[in-house]
Amino acid sequence: MLRYIYACDLPLEPLLQDTMFRDRAYQFKERLGWAVNVDENGWESDEYDALNPLYVIWVNPDGTHGGSMRFLPADGPTMVADHFSGLMKDAPISSPHIWECTRFCVGRNSGPRTAPALMLAGGEVMRAFALTDLLGIFDRRMIRIYKSIGASPYVLGQSGEGRDEIKLGLWRFQAKDRTTVLRRAGLSSDISEHWFLRSFGAPIHSRLAA
Amino acid sequence: MVGLRDGLGVDHVIYHWVSVGGGQFGFGTYDPKWVQHYISKEYLRVDPVILGSFQRFHPIDWRKLDWSSKAAKDFRADAIAHGVGNQGFTVPIRGPNGQFALFGVSTNIDDAGWDAFTTERQRDLILIAHYLNQKALRLETDRAPETYKPLSPRETDALTFLAVGYSRAQIAEMLSISEHTLRAYIENARLKLGASNTTHAVARAIAEGLLVVGGAARSAPEKWPGQNVDATARDINQ
Repeated sequence: MLRYIYACDLPLEPLLQDTMFRDRAYQFKERLGWAVNVDENGWESDEYDALNPLYVIWVNPDGTHGGSMRFLPADGPTMVADHFSGLMKDAPISSPHIWECTRFCVGRNSGPRTAPALMLAGGEVMRAFALTDLLGIFDRRMIRIYKSIGASPYVLGQSGEGRDEIKLGLWRFQAKDRTTVLRRAGLSSDISEHWFLRSFGAPIHSRLAA
Repeated sequence: MVGLRDGLGVDHVIYHWVSVGGGQFGFGTYDPKWVQHYISKEYLRVDPVILGSFQRFHPIDWRKLDWSSKAAKDFRADAIAHGVGNQGFTVPIRGPNGQFALFGVSTNIDDAGWDAFTTERQRDLILIAHYLNQKALRLETDRAPETYKPLSPRETDALTFLAVGYSRAQIAEMLSISEHTLRAYIENARLKLGASNTTHAVARAIAEGLLVVGGAARSAPEKWPGQNVDATARDINQ
């Protein structure tokens, strides 16, 4: 199941919170070897988690974290603006219609449907809140995954070499992508709408989706 | 603002800058009597639009908010009596250093008409909200909030649970940490906030908008945000 949940509501779901921050520690520190902060509880978090971001989380049937990503409006303090401005050749991106998407994480025991489900959620967020784009930072290994889902970003810039290579990309909202991503995620349009409704209290009204 | 209102074809537009420390600042087309009434009744503490959009950043249709409490229902009836309208849409804005402001439009219209309007104009409303906030920030440079070091998630958790009345032992258990570790989190938060004791730290964190102990924290753990959507829709359709 997909859940859309703000950081301030996460303590109400201690198991989900604990397993998400642990899975992030595993993915970003142990597997990718990024210089991230892991506390004594085994949680990976940074200063952007303190800005009350919106998380999209794939919740496993047992209530644990299966995969997640984190959104912040791109016109406030963001990871891209603070740390990756060098990746952008031109002016920094600052639009109320763009949200930053970071810490794309897939749990260690998650199946191949998890990443497409998260991509679907990204599209639902864009559709519901009339966003034009999502701005994200990702490593090389994700390129293949995004491509296989049928949602390749437009690459704005990159830095580092080989294993350390990171890229900055922009996902433009395109209504037609939804069908492809739904199929890859193995989910119906209705269930996705239903999950969104459970989190935000109302359906997505959008002619853009037609 | 009158031109903006007429251009959008709604009954009212409102820009509202809220400093939880007590200050409010805004401009719009509401009846000044309603504005005065809102302030004197301290509706800021009750208004589901404020509670539901505080510290969030996605645009909100008022129908999606929790109007189930008696206070919220009374507030709504009062607002409608003052010509606010039965429908509304609000764009929360997070400015620099924890600034929080809202831009909203409201009108009298049926659900289908409101769906059509918000679908078509959402992107414009978001843009207007951010433009007005830029203007307000420039006009009100002396109102710029103090800077503070952001609290870590655990520090935020600790202060939030203190603010809602849990004991240290209960909090340590909920966060699965020792009371010793908890003390360290609280102490760190206190230093970051420049507070002289724990009570002062909790008060400052709330005043600075770092904690949410209202609408969001009120929901019991087993509840979904927005689970009252049917009840809400009924209330609003009355």
